Amino acid sequence: MNSQGRPTRPETAQAAARKTFTGNRALDMEEALIFETGRFDASGVDVDDPEPFASRLGPTASAGAPELPGLTEPEAVRHYVRLSRDNYSIDAGLYPLGSCTMKHNPRLNEKMARLPGFSDVHPLQPVSTAQGALAVIEALAAALMTMTGMSAIAMSPKAGAHGELCGMMTIKAAIEARGEVATRRVVLVPDSAHGTNPATAALIGFSVRPVPAGDEGDVSVEAVKSALAPDVAAIMLTNPNTCGLFERQIVGIAEAVREAGAYFYCDGANFNAIVGKTRPGDLGVDAMHINLHKTFSTPHGGGGPGAGPVALSSRLAPFAPVPFVTREGDRLRLVEHAAGTESFGRMSAFHGQMGMFVRALSFILSHGADGLRQASEDAVLSANYIRASLADVMSAPFGERACMHEALFDDRWLKDTGLSTLDFAKAMIDEGFHPMTVYFPLIVHGAMLIEPTESESKASLDRFIMTLRDLAFAAKAGDRERFTSAPIHAPRRRLDETRAARQPVLRWTRPRPA
Amino acid sequence: MRYLPLDAAERQAMLARIGVPDVEALFADIPADKRIGGLIDLPLAKSEMAVERTMSAMAARSVAAGSAPFFLGAGAYKRHIPASVDHLIQRSEFLTSYTPYQPEIAQGTLKVLFEFQTQVATLTGMEVANASMYDGSTACAEAMMMAHRLTKRGKAVLSGGLHPQYADVAETLARLAGETVVRLPPDVRASEDIAAAMDDETSCVVVQSPDFFGNPRDLAPIADAAHARGALLVAVFTDPVSLGALRSPGEMDADIVVGEGQGIGNALSFGGPYLGLFSTRLKFVRQMPGRLAGETVDADGRRSFVLTLSTREQHIRREKATSNICTNSALCALAFSIHLALLGGVGLRRLANLNHANAVQLADRLSAVPGVEIVNACFFNEFTLRTPRPAADVIEALARRGVIGGLPVSRLLPQAGLDDCIVVASTEVNSDDDRSAYAKALAECLR
Repeated sequence: MNSQGRPTRPETAQAAARKTFTGNRALDMEEALIFETGRFDASGVDVDDPEPFASRLGPTASAGAPELPGLTEPEAVRHYVRLSRDNYSIDAGLYPLGSCTMKHNPRLNEKMARLPGFSDVHPLQPVSTAQGALAVIEALAAALMTMTGMSAIAMSPKAGAHGELCGMMTIKAAIEARGEVATRRVVLVPDSAHGTNPATAALIGFSVRPVPAGDEGDVSVEAVKSALAPDVAAIMLTNPNTCGLFERQIVGIAEAVREAGAYFYCDGANFNAIVGKTRPGDLGVDAMHINLHKTFSTPHGGGGPGAGPVALSSRLAPFAPVPFVTREGDRLRLVEHAAGTESFGRMSAFHGQMGMFVRALSFILSHGADGLRQASEDAVLSANYIRASLADVMSAPFGERACMHEALFDDRWLKDTGLSTLDFAKAMIDEGFHPMTVYFPLIVHGAMLIEPTESESKASLDRFIMTLRDLAFAAKAGDRERFTSAPIHAPRRRLDETRAARQPVLRWTRPRPA
Repeated sequence: MRYLPLDAAERQAMLARIGVPDVEALFADIPADKRIGGLIDLPLAKSEMAVERTMSAMAARSVAAGSAPFFLGAGAYKRHIPASVDHLIQRSEFLTSYTPYQPEIAQGTLKVLFEFQTQVATLTGMEVANASMYDGSTACAEAMMMAHRLTKRGKAVLSGGLHPQYADVAETLARLAGETVVRLPPDVRASEDIAAAMDDETSCVVVQSPDFFGNPRDLAPIADAAHARGALLVAVFTDPVSLGALRSPGEMDADIVVGEGQGIGNALSFGGPYLGLFSTRLKFVRQMPGRLAGETVDADGRRSFVLTLSTREQHIRREKATSNICTNSALCALAFSIHLALLGGVGLRRLANLNHANAVQLADRLSAVPGVEIVNACFFNEFTLRTPRPAADVIEALARRGVIGGLPVSRLLPQAGLDDCIVVASTEVNSDDDRSAYAKALAECLR
């Protein structure tokens, strides 16, 4: 449309609040469920009808089609594009979720993962026809060994928590081999740990003994020593830890754990801070999972898929799960059976998250040794820049101490405002930012954990800092409404989560006729 | 470095604001003797073009399924995926968002999960489904653990028709968790007596249909036998398209249904990432692992969606959680959901029919090859062949002739005495030319 001669003029605020017939607000569109808009006799896929033939399905053949709606391609494209527009994303803005490492996802990696030689290869093809796929596994494992300084990598775990399970199973197998499985039944877990750590230990029958973090945010050798006993199988320690701090006594802790006959599992969720700066193997770690969807930028996809390879020390390596790749001259082989080895067994069908391996390897080759180290330094620099730039308006639980790749604040500074961490987070949404991780770690009251990653420009960091400062001043100045009503500009306002849990509606059902 | 926006001057300005002389000062907490100067064994940064060249050379060393007559299934299936699926899942807002913990700005993902849950529950004939697991094998192991919690028993019976790697995964987890697994011997002809393997300590029987060898199984009598013992039936499938042609596990009274979802919407990708489908009865939902999206309203009373019943999950319950799962397979679930929304129920049925027709034609062609026997009385899109020569050799010989002919059972079950068996699959992608090429090559290999 040619609007020349008819310039638009801003209207009054009243007009902006006017309700629309559709419930849409221009680009912000309401979209019904496919079960409400789709037709149950329609399909958007043209499938050829076969020549007549005699069915050999047998007695369990079904009588009719499943009752599912179908959409033609234009309907489907519109539905999913409209849904997508209700999501925040790293591509659209800074996504400072602490402990989640929402960095840029290079599109080269997507392109590489879709090469038919990777994406269109079956996991059980003859190994002679899948050498390229095995080469990716071998190359990625080698790079991860270089970065961790450890002896072996178990590549099959599907995500971080699955990697934790793999590490703890390896430890249990090693303890079993020593004949101590009946006596070593306890795993030490700091109270600052991710929830997956105690859940993983419990899943394979360990009981959890908490270890307190000290006043400065890290765990002390003394605290570990007083929790160590002959019944302890392992410690699960996150480093850098969930407060965003490097565990300063980690070497002493590793030695104490080893002397007590136990193993050191390190949660590697925060590996992004230290790649190229130090190696977990040198610190005394026995097992550590690596979230390829964090440190190595494979996309989070709204909650997965991830990939959680586990680096193992030489004393745990023999117990690693199958499968693994071995080399005979220029041929790569796949060991798929645990029988006849010390391997504890199998974590999943097939060989792990190949699509994620390709993306991670592409990321590693792109960055190179120099770029990976620079990325860690930039991530840590950016987090400290935020920490230093907000120190005078918010409160940090551990004072002026430099953080690693995430800056942690608590809610003491909100004490006299009557506002909560949640209110502050929701107000960030109205300003166009995804909130930081809130109320985690559990040991810090009203925790706000900010992880900017290395992907943000200085201008972007400065905008974020100025926004948080403005919000902090507003909170202290008593502008409660800006927080308690927030968000007001998002596709939705605050949700009734209690109702969702008390009267669960977990699927669409056909409305009863009136 | 093209992915790092900060330049040297900006880094200096940031260090000045922080009040440290150099970036090394920020790493002072790392013991000095444990710091490294760099990653000496890795090459330096590469241009996009150089990376592409390296990766493409690696990719060229594998045979892509689409480049050969391809008849391999056994838990992962070559499918034609509509072009719009891959386009839509690459929308930035889906691809680069996190788990929807802030529902006001994640309604897109949450609505997709709600639709996905409804599709999976409907397809499997169950009341409620979760927002996905890692894959079929891990979903199967989680179902076994869930059955243990529900029945307060610790012994699972695994059918001999269960995918051998699924059985390995369940057995590994059970052994290390101190539980018991009874694994029935490989059952090529679906003739095992599962009821006889159950006792009063049995928490569940885990039965795959169509089974690993391709036989559709009537789950109803197995469910009855399990329920009579106070045990549960965990039903497993590895190709979701089979549910377009066969009665759903829910219809046959399964208590927990798990399966591999890759066969709708997702590439082969050498085994991952895939997605585990997981559904059950509503009364069991509080023991179900994984995330759940649920419906509610926002402050203005508008229908909205949110992750719910999270008191089952690790981030709330820690060591008392139903599972340790956190990240799942959301983007694979999206691909599944889009492909299935495009198909609709009627399209899925047509697709299943075409798969079955192709498999029937293939079985007829191959059984005409001298010495070859089809084991199955009934099948969907996968069946087992017996050959007069060791199956592993036959498959290698076929590969040299450019045909990917299936899975030699001995690869997954080396000690089972099934060295003459090949599991063969046919989906909609196979043409008549593919079938001719297979039959001709097989005849040559056996000559």
